[in-house]
Amino acid sequence: MLSAFTAIYARDLRLALRRRVEALLPVVFFIVAVSLFPLGVGPEPQTLRVIAAGVVWVCALLASMLSVANLYALDHSDGSLEQMLLSGHPGTVMAAAKAAAHWTITGAPLVLAAPVIGLLLDMSPQGLAVLVGTLLLGTPILSLLGGMGAALTLGLRSAGVLLILLILPLSIPALIFGAGAVGAVDSGISTSGHFSLLGALLIITSLVAPPATAVALRIALE
Amino acid sequence: MLFKGVNMEVRAGSAVWLRGRNGRGKTSLLRLACGLSVPDSGTVLWGGVAVRRASGYAQRCVYIGHANALKEDLTVTESLRFLAHLHGRAHDGQSIDGALARVGMASRRDAPVRTLSQGQRRRAALARLALERRAALWILDEPYDALDVDGIACVNGLLHEHLARGGSVLLTSHLSPGAAAPEMSEFDLDPFA
Repeated sequence: MLSAFTAIYARDLRLALRRRVEALLPVVFFIVAVSLFPLGVGPEPQTLRVIAAGVVWVCALLASMLSVANLYALDHSDGSLEQMLLSGHPGTVMAAAKAAAHWTITGAPLVLAAPVIGLLLDMSPQGLAVLVGTLLLGTPILSLLGGMGAALTLGLRSAGVLLILLILPLSIPALIFGAGAVGAVDSGISTSGHFSLLGALLIITSLVAPPATAVALRIALE
Repeated sequence: MLFKGVNMEVRAGSAVWLRGRNGRGKTSLLRLACGLSVPDSGTVLWGGVAVRRASGYAQRCVYIGHANALKEDLTVTESLRFLAHLHGRAHDGQSIDGALARVGMASRRDAPVRTLSQGQRRRAALARLALERRAALWILDEPYDALDVDGIACVNGLLHEHLARGGSVLLTSHLSPGAAAPEMSEFDLDPFA
């Protein structure tokens, strides 16, 4: 099983390296979208500091959704998905490997870019640290949910719209607790509750999303 | 419903050529046979057990569909190695090189898949058959598609070897496999439509 996980994960990373421009699109979108807010709402540091965490989290969520629509579509169209499901390895392993690769390609760069973006929005050092921590816990949730949505809408017309309608509501708890943690630290309140809830969400999503994705893929191929 | 009342058997060491008009459900039947789909009624059995529950069936069945399962941005070697690794077949450099040489793709092994012609892509996909060492069931959807005379001869050679070691084959082809193809029993799907 580990062998199959490694093979799929390594292949997806190699494919992303071969298409660097496409792979970088989510993080570029993230940086550009956040950078537009100071122009739109005004450059007052106080205002930017208040909205910073929410802006970063919303942009990270949208950036993550950008690339998730194609998570299974290309494998479906070229026959790779059939071969993965016929390999004898549990579909859950394949779904986990694809989500892990998606996070490495999309989520990890967002986490790395967040401190720079936070400075742009005049966030405090403590707020920046908490923001990075929440994104570290929250972006894998987005990849796992995105993978599930991509599998559920595989082969459907207007799959992109359906995917957003399905996944965005499920992502809202991560958004609330992620952005809320930064607000809490700025108000001098403990963030342990927010982190605990984000951690719990990550555990639940890790347990539920890959099997659900595997079932959805089986149904899509039938 | 595409067809009903189909009752067929593929014995070890035998090949079956599944025939039928366009849209009769040949590909659907192959997908049922490999376990990608389930029938509305009836069962597909491997050694007396439903294929989706049969232990080890995934390791004993090789399915090559219409789509070649090759990634445009990987090289031929990388694509074949991935598939071999995924299916638990030998995927060391020597095995992969040998398989590609067997289907006449040795000179293109480092070429990105996107630079290949349709026939070369088909050869690269069929190179998986050259990696097989154990008797198993090969399910091939239009294996001769886009192949030239050499390519067809190469596939027929692989089929002969496979049948000689006790393997079995279920294939569809809109073209006649030719005189050099191994002896195949024909199964016409048209009467069951």
